[in-house]
Amino acid sequence: MNNIIEPTSEKHQSSQVVNDNPFYDPTLIKRHNKAKRFKFFTIASIVFAICFLVFFLGDMVVKGLPAFQQTYVQIDVTYNKKTIVSTRKAIDKKYRRIVSRAWLRNIPKLVEASPELINTTRKTWVLANHQIDQYMKGHYYKIKDKQLKLIQQMEQQATIKLKFNSLFFTHGDSKTPENSGMLSATIGSILTLIVTMLTAFPLGVMTAVYLEEFAEDNRWTQLIEVNINNLAAIPSILFGLLGLAVFINLLGMPRSSPLVGGLTLALMTLPIIIVSSRAALRSVPDSIRQAGYGLGLTKIQVVQDHVLPLAFPGIMTGSIIGMAQAMGETAPLIIIGMIAFIPDSPSSIFEAATVMPAQIFTWAGMPERAYIERTAAGIMILLSVLISLNTLAIILRKKLEVKW
Amino acid sequence: MKAFESKKRHNEIKEKVIKLFLIAAASVSILTTFGVLFSILFEAIEFFQMRSFWYFITGTEWSPGVANSKFGALPIFSGTFIITFIAMSVALPIGLGSAIFMSEYATPSTRNKLKPLLEILAGIPTVVYGFFAAITVAPAIVNFFSLLGIHASFNSALASGIVMGIMIIPIISSLSDDVIQAVPDSQRKASLALGMTMSETISHIVIPSALPGIISATLLGLSKALGETMIVVMAAGLRPNLSWNILEDMTTVTVRIVDSLVGDHEFNSPDTLSAFALGLILFFVTLLLNIVSLALIRKFKEKYKINTL
Repeated sequence: MNNIIEPTSEKHQSSQVVNDNPFYDPTLIKRHNKAKRFKFFTIASIVFAICFLVFFLGDMVVKGLPAFQQTYVQIDVTYNKKTIVSTRKAIDKKYRRIVSRAWLRNIPKLVEASPELINTTRKTWVLANHQIDQYMKGHYYKIKDKQLKLIQQMEQQATIKLKFNSLFFTHGDSKTPENSGMLSATIGSILTLIVTMLTAFPLGVMTAVYLEEFAEDNRWTQLIEVNINNLAAIPSILFGLLGLAVFINLLGMPRSSPLVGGLTLALMTLPIIIVSSRAALRSVPDSIRQAGYGLGLTKIQVVQDHVLPLAFPGIMTGSIIGMAQAMGETAPLIIIGMIAFIPDSPSSIFEAATVMPAQIFTWAGMPERAYIERTAAGIMILLSVLISLNTLAIILRKKLEVKW
Repeated sequence: MKAFESKKRHNEIKEKVIKLFLIAAASVSILTTFGVLFSILFEAIEFFQMRSFWYFITGTEWSPGVANSKFGALPIFSGTFIITFIAMSVALPIGLGSAIFMSEYATPSTRNKLKPLLEILAGIPTVVYGFFAAITVAPAIVNFFSLLGIHASFNSALASGIVMGIMIIPIISSLSDDVIQAVPDSQRKASLALGMTMSETISHIVIPSALPGIISATLLGLSKALGETMIVVMAAGLRPNLSWNILEDMTTVTVRIVDSLVGDHEFNSPDTLSAFALGLILFFVTLLLNIVSLALIRKFKEKYKINTL
């Protein structure tokens, strides 16, 4: 290919010779420039896509990193019978507007956990509220002058500082931004994915086995095949309508529960698992099957003991990719009500729950500025889980794949 | 001998039972499609018994939740169309350009590095794209146009359209890449040997051969764009707006579906059921795009006798 481009450069050096050349084409320079422009366009488009990816990931990290730290203030907290009842009185009046109300509400539980606290006053690191936190991180804030002075004073005394935000990993959703975390959404995601996998994996593999090993090429089989391809392209939100109409309204399953969410996502993941399992089964050479038959095995025995184990790495890869996709899905879950406010982690698949992407969606819609960094931090966590799942799938494929 | 016979019969019965289970599993996917269709269809029929179908298709006023509610979905369709159009004008050139670069110009090692990056782009959940569109892209567009002295909405169709386009790039590029690679190398070599430049070979020989596949990829991207929900729910508007101005806020079919089903409406009110009417239209349009797309790719496969696509 390079040989074709070279004559252009030669032409400038020795135009005399070229003009004698009976094959000389006067439009050649134009054509080569056009070729260069075309190549440049294709490079530009891939560079744009990659640049977007880098910019996007960078944007999320810059926005999300602050959420992993949280502002605490060191103040005197009084624990006694009175302050357990009206927790506002546990701290000095001037601090009331800078301390998180969610933290104060937790005082009775603190005392219950360690009874020696009662009737004492201790210097404690107390969670600050989100406006103070935003001020400390240099973001937009809304604080009255009086509190602002107090904070600046505290900054000099080093009684206010940013600490690692462990609450983000140990708390569920909250109406106060400084107290909210991803825990309940993570548990919800895990429960939902368990339901999804327990349903979609056996169904998908069984369908693939039927289509690849047992089905004759008739109308029914063709219908199933066309149907699977179509299923893969139905907009996800329509699966939400199915979940609402069938699972909730018709079968009466509990709304917002991981059960309904998991089943809905299972139907969406099904085509991915079927297609990848079929490819994996197809790649097992026929000689394996024939050897089995030759030794007198039945078809079931051949498939169960020989073909399926050999196809297993491919099936797993497809299932993990399908799982990653189900994990990031939001639209159908909104329709079936999995965007409810869930402060405590669900303990069974029948309770109302929310999932990680739905939590991100809820936080993205909150008016407080402090939720933006939490949304971005949630996105960072979700993306790292998804990318590790996909990497795992690729590693699995490379390690276990059998070359025939 | 008798023991052997009975074992054989036992195996035969076992085989039949297992086969029945497998058939049952395979039927689930069929049941799902019909489940989606009928769950939408029945509620949609209920809606059209209350409201006129003709006004739904051609009416220009969409006002749910008020006493004399009207359900004319034309502004919703136009918003969907405009946002999809913006998305496709971003995704098609960039997706196709990337596919051509990867399959024609890139060395195998570059290609192996670039492909996973595009796959990451494909694996990003749409809710994340939506957040990015609402928090980063939309304000940037407003700032840019205010420099030019033009007012742009924070829920502009442009912001969600651009981000949706980026979401669709990997769909178009990966399928087009496969198709372009499947074009036999002999065609390229013949063209190059006749003195065509690389770009002429690509645009006159390779692309026309791969065209059914590329159109199929485009239609698939189009159907993804029409059904995309999270980006538009988070970044586009709620107001049905019959306008050509892409800097104004617009709404889409999917946004209205979400909006009418989230919240405390009574299930059998026209407000809620309108979601199913919109869903029905969405179902049939995406189904049609999909069937055409599959037919085109099958034609391509038969032409070059490929089984791997």
